[in-house]
Amino acid sequence: MPKELLEFEKPLIEIEERIEKLRSYVQIEDPRIHAEIEKLTKRSQYLLERIYLKLTPWQKTQVARHASRPTTLDYIDILIEDFVELHGDRHFADDPSIVGGIGKFGDRSVVVIGHQKGRGTKGKIYRNFGMPNPEGYRKALRLMQLGTKFKRPILTFIDTPGAYPGIGAEERGQAGAIARNLFEMCRLEVPIIVSVIGEGGSGGALALGVGDRIIMLEHSIYSVISPEGCAAILWGDGTRAPEAADTLKMTAQDLKKLGVIDIIVKEPVGGAHRDPKIAAQSLKETISKALKEIESIPGDKLAVMRYEKFSKMGVYKEDH
Amino acid sequence: MAWFKREDRKIKIPEGLWIKCNYCREIIYRKEVEKNSMVCPKCRYHFGISIEERIALMLDEGSFKEQDSNIYPFDPLTFRDSLKYKDRLKNYQKSTGYADAFISGEGTINGKPVILGVFNFKFMGGSMGSVVGEKILRATEASFSSRSPLIIVSASGGARMQEGILSLMQMAKTSAAIARLSEAGVPYISILTDPTFGGVTASFAMLGDIIIAEPKALIGFAGPRVVEQTIKQQLPEGFQRAEFLLEHGMIDMIVERKMLKETLAQVIRFFG
Ligand SMILES: [Zn+2]
Repeated sequence: MPKELLEFEKPLIEIEERIEKLRSYVQIEDPRIHAEIEKLTKRSQYLLERIYLKLTPWQKTQVARHASRPTTLDYIDILIEDFVELHGDRHFADDPSIVGGIGKFGDRSVVVIGHQKGRGTKGKIYRNFGMPNPEGYRKALRLMQLGTKFKRPILTFIDTPGAYPGIGAEERGQAGAIARNLFEMCRLEVPIIVSVIGEGGSGGALALGVGDRIIMLEHSIYSVISPEGCAAILWGDGTRAPEAADTLKMTAQDLKKLGVIDIIVKEPVGGAHRDPKIAAQSLKETISKALKEIESIPGDKLAVMRYEKFSKMGVYKEDH
Repeated sequence: MAWFKREDRKIKIPEGLWIKCNYCREIIYRKEVEKNSMVCPKCRYHFGISIEERIALMLDEGSFKEQDSNIYPFDPLTFRDSLKYKDRLKNYQKSTGYADAFISGEGTINGKPVILGVFNFKFMGGSMGSVVGEKILRATEASFSSRSPLIIVSASGGARMQEGILSLMQMAKTSAAIARLSEAGVPYISILTDPTFGGVTASFAMLGDIIIAEPKALIGFAGPRVVEQTIKQQLPEGFQRAEFLLEHGMIDMIVERKMLKETLAQVIRFFG
């Protein structure tokens, strides 16, 4: 059980404490203690399951941003064999808030790219809280083009609050860097599988998000604006974020209904952070299956299909 | 992404005889600005102009034929804040006389056919939702099949929050359309006017073969307020103005309104 319980997980605290207390008595050979621990553990599991079945969009936002939620590098660690990280955009810098490289996914050689959030204060600052500068997007594009050159599938992982809004980012063309990725990703002639693993924050997320199959983990979110930002604009009050989260329809389940994503991957009970290995295993199976569906399609046809997929997005009325 | 606070959504032009410049803050006699194509005589700041004025400024007289005017927004998320999105749309449709924030059609520049798309900033801050995205796609397709150059004049706060993730996807959709046009070798000229931000700059607007900005136009990814709050410092003078973008190599040129048509004619001549 992780230490960092979320607000809505508080009903579990009492039970967890009782289990903890009982565990300190296990040296006393009393079968009743074991039985009680087992009973309480079941009860706790049951409660957790109940809570996670009915998460609100705002609660899902908390899970998606959980400090222990597995990051891109955590998934790479489990999913990719012989991973070699590649750095830099060959123009200005290496951006640690996007990681990428080459490695083996099962028996395939692939290019992997993802947003990277840090852990702990130092790690978070080093990774700029997962908010890329233009260099990050240019590195990502460079690696995608490397994949295309050698005809390797591309796997991307999305987990960012958004592109970094800084002076340097603007000076070095943040908007143009994101735009260029969208422009190029829709025409790369290799399979691209996108997985939203945590937070999909706006254009800074989409810049790695144009693919043939879009996967979302069960408790991840993907939105045009953060609920806090939306609340600040709509009501001048960032604390109304929970309401904004409802309104924005930003959960994996909402996006599936809207036809924006293709597949939802189930997370372990209580979220991916409670069992990253199981989460990674489920994700692996889904990515494998998605790759199998499309890898025999010729690259040029794949690019046309990707164009068609994205050109259909949107909802409007038309008079004839 | 739609970073404009509500009071900024309307261009702040006080009614009456006088007008305050958004850039140099001078109070100027309105007539003087009007006879100067809405350009500040003191600092050359270019005020927003209406769609009709924009079309008249850029195309040969009477050559514009609107297309795709039969596409209307609706409310896929049943979004509501202080107002329902549905009602908000109705209000803007009433006040602007247009269905949404983007108009497109064919026309000519010195006799040469072009496809022109223009944002209407007065319609929800020129925000891009499904209708804007679809109309850009269709304008691009029209340009693709006629091989007439595509020109898009942007003025937008970015993606339209009220359509949630669908508006974000318009960035990919429009960029994909531009990529296809690019592969076909048809020229695309992007014109950035005050202000152009967020999901619009981070997609088709920064993808022009030629990118032109109007003097002093505010252009960027993140809105200046958001940047200021993030870095907790005052922003440097001229930050995110057209001149700043030119200096940093992001655009090809800054062109005064009265020179715009001639410049476009020249560029189009080059492309043949
Ligand atoms: Zn002025």
